[in-house]
Amino acid sequence: MLSHIVHRALQSFGVLAVMSLLVFAGVYAVGNPMDILVNPQSDQNEIARATAALGLDRPLFEQYFIFIGHAATGDLGKSFAFNVPAIGLILERMPATLELATAAMLIAVLLGIPLGLWAGLKPRSAAGRTIMAGSVLGFSLPTFWVGLMLILVFSVWLGWLPTSGRGPTVNLLGIPVSFLTAEGLRHLVLPAANLALFNLSLVIRLTRSGTREAIGQDYVRFARAKGLTETRIVGVHVLRNVLVPVVTVVGVEFGSVIAFAVVTESIFAWPGMGKLLIDSINVLDRPVIVAYLCIVVALFVAINLLVDLAYSWLDPRVRLGETR
Amino acid sequence: MRTRLALLLQALIIVLVLVAPAPPALAQDKPRHGGELVFVVPTEPPTLDGHREGTFGLLHPGAPHYNTLLRMDPTDVSGTRVIGDLAESWTITDGGRTYTLKLRRGVRFHDGSELTAEDVVFSIERTLKVPNGQLGIFTRRIVAKEIVDPYTLRLKTATPYAMVPYDLNSVFIVSRKAAASSGPEDFDSGKAMIGTGPFRFARFARGDRVELARNDGYWGGKPAWEKVTFRIVPTDPARLAGLLSGELDAIEQVPTADLARIRRDARLQTAQKVSWRTIFLYLDQYRDRAPGLTDQAGRPLARNPLRDLRVRRALSEAINRQAIAERLMDGAALPASNLVSPSVFGYAPDLKPEPYDPGHAKRLLAEAGYPDGFAVTLSATNNRYVNDEQIAQAVAQMLARVGVRARVEALPVNAYLPKGRKGEFAFAMFGWGSFSGDLALRALVATADPDKGFGAFNWSGYSNPRVDALLERAFASTDEKQREALARDAMRLAMRDYAVIPLHHQVATWAMKKALGYAPRTDEFTFAHHFRAQ
Repeated sequence: MLSHIVHRALQSFGVLAVMSLLVFAGVYAVGNPMDILVNPQSDQNEIARATAALGLDRPLFEQYFIFIGHAATGDLGKSFAFNVPAIGLILERMPATLELATAAMLIAVLLGIPLGLWAGLKPRSAAGRTIMAGSVLGFSLPTFWVGLMLILVFSVWLGWLPTSGRGPTVNLLGIPVSFLTAEGLRHLVLPAANLALFNLSLVIRLTRSGTREAIGQDYVRFARAKGLTETRIVGVHVLRNVLVPVVTVVGVEFGSVIAFAVVTESIFAWPGMGKLLIDSINVLDRPVIVAYLCIVVALFVAINLLVDLAYSWLDPRVRLGETR
Repeated sequence: MRTRLALLLQALIIVLVLVAPAPPALAQDKPRHGGELVFVVPTEPPTLDGHREGTFGLLHPGAPHYNTLLRMDPTDVSGTRVIGDLAESWTITDGGRTYTLKLRRGVRFHDGSELTAEDVVFSIERTLKVPNGQLGIFTRRIVAKEIVDPYTLRLKTATPYAMVPYDLNSVFIVSRKAAASSGPEDFDSGKAMIGTGPFRFARFARGDRVELARNDGYWGGKPAWEKVTFRIVPTDPARLAGLLSGELDAIEQVPTADLARIRRDARLQTAQKVSWRTIFLYLDQYRDRAPGLTDQAGRPLARNPLRDLRVRRALSEAINRQAIAERLMDGAALPASNLVSPSVFGYAPDLKPEPYDPGHAKRLLAEAGYPDGFAVTLSATNNRYVNDEQIAQAVAQMLARVGVRARVEALPVNAYLPKGRKGEFAFAMFGWGSFSGDLALRALVATADPDKGFGAFNWSGYSNPRVDALLERAFASTDEKQREALARDAMRLAMRDYAVIPLHHQVATWAMKKALGYAPRTDEFTFAHHFRAQ
């Protein structure tokens, strides 16, 4: 078990090193951030001064080694644009993104599993067919379009919900969250629903096919023959087996939702990390881009580890870290 | 395939927005005089330190906190006349090298301390000391600052320099006392925004909003709003939705495609003014072989056709500026003949926009030895100016009619600028805004000379000693009439040479609730404290 975790941690360091090198070279290839950051009215001397101040006049490999040296001490550099430590900038926005992603995954799981079960148990009913048709739409409609439609219908036409932004926040254990106030919840509903849509469809389809498969298995028939109630059969025996693939997918998708909530965050002006990433790419703010990707890689590693642990709990046949 | 789908969906959205019914209820009682004003900015302020940079992202939420020594007169038609702000009066002596400014008395900072000349000197010096500061261009020429008495100070330049009043318009005056106890982080976060302006800092939630509260002790009368909130909303449709749903009171930089929708809405109104931003084309005039220039078959040309005045003129005549302004820009553009718009200092009114004459253009090309035309890459941005990529496409189509095959290469501005600076473009579109004609010429067509600050953006490589000499004289002149005459002469020379080809001046558009009023500005700034409740 422990060796498994250590092994994962070592792997992730390798990934981080390769990733930072790629990002460094990539951003360097796009161009000099100074050209975007300086006031266009500046003269050449002003630009040279600013370039030297950020160390951008040095060769690329030298810049990279300076970065690695600082990174080893936990300092991922100062943002060119914001002039504050990049890591602080990202951590400041993390709660907003985590809140949005968690809300979206909750919607996906809490709605997706019951709907998927229903569609799996009664595949030929009208309700079952409607659920499946809905999930196809959820898969195929692009997020940005659905987001705009949600704003148009619920905010502009009906005037029920705010168009964008995050509501007032209250501190929960020192972390600012918005779901504890009514106004905050109102702001959260549309972006969370928009972000949830794809995963909701995914969970529905996975649960449905899992249910269809499980329902015909011997152990279910045996449970029926034993005279167990339908609720117990579905709620315990079927559901537990259905959950294994769902947990994998939800785990992997949770990482993606955090890392790539960019579209939803931009449309709803949600002050999260994704919006920061886009802004940083636009001004070639390399320290923030590198720090962001480092954090995302670390998040993915952590989530995958949690998924592995959840597996062994759900399916006792899975054993971690043993090479027998 | 994906982009085609995206386009289709976007078209669908536009249709839906157009047919959408008005929302049933809207907070009509808002905004009211003395209430809250909710404005929106598209980009997050990278810092709230007003001495670090001069972008809209910072200036819009920053400006209501501060005053400057001098400022642009918002009621002036040209939008480029300087009037006093914290300085009551100023005199220029010593042949244009000494500026003596008298400060307003009894002005108090948000922390209660009184404004004196010491705060002014401190603020000017701070612009040069801030890490990564970009306001040095406005203050570096001031070589000496003398405090005569608490309300009088003298600023000196090494050589006569007429731009001092314009430059002072960009320097916020901060409290020296308050700054002494604040670190750079406090300036970045807004905590140290202690100015003399009509609003004081309340809160900055990064990525979300900046909140300002009224300064009840403001020296210039009671501000119109109790509270001003700047929401940060990066996408155009979301800003429009916010205005339509009533959440936002006003928006700026309205996309031209949405103008019709807003004008049909009885609850909203627009304000427009020709902006100082001019869109133009660079033409490579310094290299024998410039990148992207070939004959029709793709073979490199023996010489650079853009160095021939007749070719440059032909390209200009082949462009139908009226069509671009009316159709492509939905009327939100004015065909250009100068590098600055008509109301700006130094505009030469005798220059007229090039008449559209494809027949003559073809004859000129034949005369210059290109009866079959040639091929060229037209570089442009696709996220910087209003409809920039579409304009480049339209220009390319118009050039095709006279036999010049232009391939449009559109890039995001962050990839575009570095390439332009490196000289990778022979034919490129760009935009520029200036307080005056001589400033625009200095950056765009003067022979490059880093030490004088000349030609920082002269991507054409145009070089005319007569233009340079006229500009030198204009900057050294403190007589406004004389300076304007010199600037106009330089403009005429450069435009007759087709140093660059001007296309149009953008029209800046604001949209707001009926209950609001805003005097549109040439410089495109939106100052929240200038919104009026009607």
